Amino acid sequence: MADIEIEIDDRKIQTHSEQMIIQVADEAGIYIPRFCYHKHLPVAANCRMCLVEVEKSPKALPACATPITPGMKVFTKSTKAMTAQRSVMEFLLINHPLDCPICDQGGECELQDLTMGFASPLSHFAEGKRAVKDEDIGPLVATEMTRCIQCTRCVRFGEEVAGLRELGATGRGEHMTIGTYIKHAMHSEVSGNIIDICPVGALTSKPFRFRARAWELTQAPSISPHDCVGSNLFVHSRNGSVMRVVSRENNAVNETWISDRDRFSYAGLDHPERLTQPWIRRHGKLAPATWEEALTAAAQGLRHSVDQHGSGQLGALISPSATLEESYLLQSLVRQLGSAHIDHRLRQVDFRDQATMPLAPGLGMSMAELAQCDAILLIGSHIQKEQPSAALRVRKAWSNGAKIMAVNMLDYHFHFPLHARVLVSPAQLVDTLAEMVEGLEIPRTLRDKKHACILLGALAMNHPRAAEIRYHAAKLAQLTGAKLGLLTEGANAAGAWLAGAVPHRTAMGQAVDAPGLDAQAMLAQPRKAYLLCNVEPELDCAQPQQAITALQHAEFVLALSMFNNATLEKHADVILPITPFTENTGTLVNAAGTWQSFNAAVSPLAEARPGWLVLQSLGQALHLEDFDMTSCAAIRDKVQGLLCPADIAGPEVECPKRAIPTMSAHNQLVRIGDIPIYATDSLVRRSQPLQEAQRILEGECAVVRIHPQRAAQLHITEGEMVHIKQNGKAVRLPAIYDTRLPEDAILIAGGIPETAMLDELFGIVEIDRIT
Amino acid sequence: MMRRAWQYVKSFTLWDLLVGLTVTGRYLWKRKFTIRYPEEETPTSPRFRGIHALRRYANGEERCIACKLCEAVCPALAITIEAEPREDGSRRTTLYDIDTFKCVYCGFCEEACPVDAIVLTRFHDYHYEQRGENILTKETLLAIGDRYEKDIAEDRTEEAKYR
Repeated sequence: MADIEIEIDDRKIQTHSEQMIIQVADEAGIYIPRFCYHKHLPVAANCRMCLVEVEKSPKALPACATPITPGMKVFTKSTKAMTAQRSVMEFLLINHPLDCPICDQGGECELQDLTMGFASPLSHFAEGKRAVKDEDIGPLVATEMTRCIQCTRCVRFGEEVAGLRELGATGRGEHMTIGTYIKHAMHSEVSGNIIDICPVGALTSKPFRFRARAWELTQAPSISPHDCVGSNLFVHSRNGSVMRVVSRENNAVNETWISDRDRFSYAGLDHPERLTQPWIRRHGKLAPATWEEALTAAAQGLRHSVDQHGSGQLGALISPSATLEESYLLQSLVRQLGSAHIDHRLRQVDFRDQATMPLAPGLGMSMAELAQCDAILLIGSHIQKEQPSAALRVRKAWSNGAKIMAVNMLDYHFHFPLHARVLVSPAQLVDTLAEMVEGLEIPRTLRDKKHACILLGALAMNHPRAAEIRYHAAKLAQLTGAKLGLLTEGANAAGAWLAGAVPHRTAMGQAVDAPGLDAQAMLAQPRKAYLLCNVEPELDCAQPQQAITALQHAEFVLALSMFNNATLEKHADVILPITPFTENTGTLVNAAGTWQSFNAAVSPLAEARPGWLVLQSLGQALHLEDFDMTSCAAIRDKVQGLLCPADIAGPEVECPKRAIPTMSAHNQLVRIGDIPIYATDSLVRRSQPLQEAQRILEGECAVVRIHPQRAAQLHITEGEMVHIKQNGKAVRLPAIYDTRLPEDAILIAGGIPETAMLDELFGIVEIDRIT
Repeated sequence: MMRRAWQYVKSFTLWDLLVGLTVTGRYLWKRKFTIRYPEEETPTSPRFRGIHALRRYANGEERCIACKLCEAVCPALAITIEAEPREDGSRRTTLYDIDTFKCVYCGFCEEACPVDAIVLTRFHDYHYEQRGENILTKETLLAIGDRYEKDIAEDRTEEAKYR
């Protein structure tokens, strides 16, 4: 990194070589106009807007594609540079429509701004402008291709960052148009980023279309509550309601990209099922109540059941996306009532290794480091849909030459090619991992590379033998010198562990003497009282039917929820409305262990209140200690100030093998209970545009996917309705052929109402034709 | 010395009063300006800024495209607009309210409008009988526009050369 000195606009700048002029100028705060240049995209130099004068160069040079040299003298505001820029603007405006008032980009348009700053007021062009036909590229991105200035940012984003070679330029000169080569909607879970990078109004947000102007919006920073990346967001609101969400740059976490889930989940905020006031069950029916009544009823209900049946009869479940503060207050409340039954690991079933789990399960490295790995093994993970922003890092690692490998139960299509892949049925996953020894391709690659890592995804974590998977993965990591990372579900699983929302540890990993029941046991051995915090039992739990039965038999169910749903309607005794992330304050700890606090962007809807305030009031109503914090930050500081025991290590103790039920009948198969991309949490499930996008991305979710060969053996034709039976529960679903599956497994998605009648996500199911 | 003597004479002859009365006398014999409103009205300029109206094109299509420039420029924050795509996909308002109690009749909205949709008409003699009528809704504004379209159009044509 040799230091060199260049001069821009008579200012001497010391910098390091191998940079372009525009980078140096940006760093020094000297503005050079640009359209096609984007910090996080490869240089194209096709808009020519950044032309600057360089001493000894006869012509103006593009600043984005001219490397700096020692002693270089650059003039960005000389007559030569300005004339060049003015001429470029004139060319760009030839075919750009001048109807800014109806364009959705109006007010935040780079072309509009640069026209004001750099264009000549006159044009020599008197001929007709061209018009380009629009394509429908899906429910998220609206197109108006006539406005396109062919900067190709979207194309480069697709090719380089998102691995989606769907957008491209066809034709030349005036006939050049940007579009999908074949007419179809975009298949990407990060497609929304092209809205942010498009400098004009050619690509805009469809759900936001025409609803507000940039100048009316109030911007508030926030954090994504949907996956363990914790992408940084800006929430834009107008008159107290959220209008859209855009990305916020944070190079350590999400660079400048966010997933569509983060961007469009806001559409679910105004869903009709949003709870706007507390509800109490009176004479078997839910009736609206005031906060005072509801809190009293909640406190009495909890106190009564604890007094009546003993504190061990109280179980608490909290969403892994709830904030650190909510998790902390809930565990404190439950523990002060004398119960130790609290858990956030709703979709997991195997907790045998929980005592040896790390303090906060996560990647074990930063998001940026993930992109620097040179070998990555994914186990039971469809990272692209579980953590789309982390998948972009993996793709970046791949484009830097890393070898990506996968051991999966479903042959997922990733946006990066796999160096090696192993496809196993859920029943054989553990054995396959146990047998992964040195001679094989995967361990050899991991061993050969310096910065290798193994990532465990949701399918591995939710597997009935997850503890063994974690053990073998850790073993493999030890053997090959790779790092082991856990990609947890929810936005704050690490935070929930830190806050003590696990049955065997309190805040900051202090082990408890008598561990309580885990999420699975709490529902398998029904309690008399349940406290649910932001949980939709039939969609968020590993065994929906078991959860519903447990709630049904409970005497008292208190639910803190953003949305109403059928289960709460039927079984909850008190429902307290809490707020989604846009109206909440709190801290989320991402998989890299970064604590990210955020504030409310808008005030709560109607009577809803932030979860931490509700829990605090509840604690006060129960006369518990330490429920008198004045702010959310005070709770965070308190948790952060607790000392953590140093001796918490990774999963090293071998756990006893768990026998799994074997398949006996011909029509028995193992279910893979994959969670569809936009069915992960209550807010996402209620976002209309995302639900439409999900249909395009993953096809219909309420289906049974089966390997064609197995289907042929069972005489099942494609599209036929079949009976699915699991532990005495049955549903009817259409069968779809899917060659990505192993032959002895079928895919029946979880997290959607159509399959909530079934039981375990990874259980044995019977499939029968309807005769 | 002379000035003081002249002052002395002036004060005894009521000179200043007489000067003032000559003005009164002059106007006493001049033509009267009194307008017997409402039977008579003062003539107004085509630039007069009276009640607001929303205009339509000749084919009946509303002009307003919900660009919200009038809302942005309004110094009294009297305009409130909500917009969304209409069924045909075009950009349209779903709500266009002007609070005439807030409005200062500056005419900036008309100035800002790229499609001549919002205009201030010559009509200033209107009243409200109910609370809330001071808020002109989109329907009211379009109705005013429809009613006076001929006059509005004439005024704009006359003014076109100065714009």
